[in-house]
Amino acid sequence: MTRVIETRGLRKEFTVRVKAGWLRRRTRVVTAVDGLDLTVDRGEMVGYIGPNGAGKSTTLKMLTGVLYPSAGHVRVCGFEPVRQRTRLARRIGVVFGQRSQLWWDLPLSESFTLLRHVYAVRAADSAARLARCRRLLELDAFLDVPVRQLSLGQRMRAELTAALLHGPEVLFLDEPTIGLDLVSKQAVRAFLAALGAAGDTTIVLTTHDLADIERLCRRLVVIDQGRLVHDGPLDDLHARYGSRRRLVVDLDEPLAVDLALPGVTVESTQANGRRIVYTLDGTITAGQLVSRLTEVAALRDISVLEPAIEDVVARIYTRHSP
Amino acid sequence: MANIVTNTVFGFLRFAIMLAVLDAGGRTVAGYDEPQLATFVWAGQGLIGVVLLWSLPDLAERIRTGDVVIDLLRPIDPVWQQLAADLGRAGYAALTRFVAPIVVGALVFKLYAPRHMLTYALFVCSALLATIVSFGCRFLVNAAAYWLLDARGPNTLWTVAAPILSGLYVPVWFFPDTLAVALVVATPFPSVIQIPLDVLVEHGSATRQLELLGVQAGWVVGILALCRWVQARGERKLVIQGG
Amino acid sequence: MADTRLAAYRHLLGAQMRSQTQYRASFVADVVGSVLFGVLDVVGVVVVFRVTPALGGFAFAEVFLMTALAGCAFAAADLVVGNIERLRHYVRSGLFDVLLVRPLSSLAQLAAMDVATRRVGRVAFSAVVVVVAAANARVPITPGRLGLLVVTPVAGAMIFGAVFVATATVAFWWIESGEIANGLTYGGLNFAQYPITIYGALFRRLFAYVVGFAFVAYYPALVLLDRPDPLGAPALLGYASPAVGVAVVVAAALMWRAGVRHYRSTGS
Repeated sequence: MTRVIETRGLRKEFTVRVKAGWLRRRTRVVTAVDGLDLTVDRGEMVGYIGPNGAGKSTTLKMLTGVLYPSAGHVRVCGFEPVRQRTRLARRIGVVFGQRSQLWWDLPLSESFTLLRHVYAVRAADSAARLARCRRLLELDAFLDVPVRQLSLGQRMRAELTAALLHGPEVLFLDEPTIGLDLVSKQAVRAFLAALGAAGDTTIVLTTHDLADIERLCRRLVVIDQGRLVHDGPLDDLHARYGSRRRLVVDLDEPLAVDLALPGVTVESTQANGRRIVYTLDGTITAGQLVSRLTEVAALRDISVLEPAIEDVVARIYTRHSP
Repeated sequence: MANIVTNTVFGFLRFAIMLAVLDAGGRTVAGYDEPQLATFVWAGQGLIGVVLLWSLPDLAERIRTGDVVIDLLRPIDPVWQQLAADLGRAGYAALTRFVAPIVVGALVFKLYAPRHMLTYALFVCSALLATIVSFGCRFLVNAAAYWLLDARGPNTLWTVAAPILSGLYVPVWFFPDTLAVALVVATPFPSVIQIPLDVLVEHGSATRQLELLGVQAGWVVGILALCRWVQARGERKLVIQGG
Repeated sequence: MADTRLAAYRHLLGAQMRSQTQYRASFVADVVGSVLFGVLDVVGVVVVFRVTPALGGFAFAEVFLMTALAGCAFAAADLVVGNIERLRHYVRSGLFDVLLVRPLSSLAQLAAMDVATRRVGRVAFSAVVVVVAAANARVPITPGRLGLLVVTPVAGAMIFGAVFVATATVAFWWIESGEIANGLTYGGLNFAQYPITIYGALFRRLFAYVVGFAFVAYYPALVLLDRPDPLGAPALLGYASPAVGVAVVVAAALMWRAGVRHYRSTGS
């Protein structure tokens, strides 16, 4: 079975009661997820992003069995999350960014032992996984510290370990790097990248930090107002949304004559014309532009700016907003 | 709203016991007659909300997580600040939570109404003093978290001991005389419930009322002093050990 | 599969107990508090009987036995499912989701998550009080009576436990429900500690029969004391406590399931 997540027409509606005046309440139906079709195969690393309130957490809750869908078909690891919650629970791992699954007052090692029993993992298996996590995430320094005394970075590394002790097929991560310092973020990303590369674990990650996406995900699913607005490889993103590369050129002297080339537009000029930023639309290469420039001017320095993923995603969010 | 239901339930429970006691024990018990006991029980249920006999150990939780440090950053003394907040809450509760159980009780039973106008004024005074004493006790119970890290033990002790020793369960005058007097004078509990209610039902002579108010006032001073002292010690511990 | 789940709960319990004993001073306070809890319960009854010879037609020794049985049942229920009142906090903070993601029953996890050692102390003390009260009331030492003396607190614990769970479950629908719960839990304890003859008819019917609190101590005590019911109920009711306990537990379990279902369809 290679298909680990499958949804068709997944839908979630909430009935919200809004105060309308002194005593009366109006009910309003809010559609958090509106007909989501999603398929994820084993070993994929999927980034699941969207603006705040887009329905990311709601989707995740429906996939993990925490929330009942209003309509639609959903299968995770072949199980129906609603009716087969406990059986599914053994096959998935979940890391909530802001809610801890560790025992607050106990040393970290005890949380791991407890979880091993909760998930009924064989001692040898869990020991092997724990050893690997200890090595890759450097847990030894704080293995005996009560969880409440851990820093956020340490706690997140512990949460990752906890979610993987029972060898889940799918790992769901809900904003795992939120609030982490740079070093911790890099450690978490490196760990997840290695995990994904190994190929046995499917990773579904929701995040607002697009650097996470760039580092970890080969596939990006964008959801906005409950609807899927993009689903494809990360590389295609730039192509589809018209991302542009830019060339920053430093000249000894301002250009004598304007360079009018098809496919090239001047985005801005600075330093009295000594620095020009060109935008390339893809029909002409950076090399061609540089050749033409050297014919008419002396170049001091050049740099190529790749399109930032933030810009693309921002464009996706705003393009699909009302 | 939920409180009113709970208070009503407890009102009926407690008064049933009083009625049974009167039934077998005689027309009056420990100087109370039936209407007085009725007022005692129902006004008592209303009073709990005002003095806030039981509350969630919020402060203890904040001490445990270390959030209490924020209090030290503010330019006001934490004890007075919390007392002011609590008095505000009590004032609001006096309007909302105090009246309901009395109304319910009055509808079903015959309540005792004070004969002198002065009693009402004295009662308000006494209720105010009781609120402060209650605040002090709750504060101290929470502050145990500075040393114990987990204030659930003292909180349970308070939750269980307070109703019985404060006169909510039965008037403290049901206890043997010496024990009752010792409770009233040497512990803060009766100052929270028993004394204001005794004032309200005009139990004993006028001199007696004033004596009781005097004891209450003494406890207000004493418990606030204790709170300030404990706060200072707690702050020192927090600052030195870093919470 | 069932035994590994039991092992999981066992370890959850053990971990909690170990974490509690780590705070030594608080642990001592807990133990002292638990003894005090039992003592104060007894004191309450003693004080009432200082000012009256009888309560609702019953003498001190008889009421003392009822109080003891009710107190022991309550303490036992508190030990097993006492932590369920934390449900409100879990729902409000979203921590309940963490429980749902694990392959165990959410109710069992909540119950196992805080088995306070002080509660064990309370149960032990209250059991001793039951024995003392039974001896004081000169309960005849027959196998039937002894059996009833042991079974009654267990059945009573089922009744109280079910009430704890049912009142906590309201948090799934109405998050501010905490106060009302006390009316039924501690109110129920209060009610069960005294002969139901002292209560007005409507009140009695509600608490004694609808919720079943009369079966925690009153009816079993009548059998133990060889006293006919002043209200005229058959003596057999004294043996009905286990049945009532089971019925209430089933009702509470159904309520819990409905509550979780509601939570899972509306989110938090």
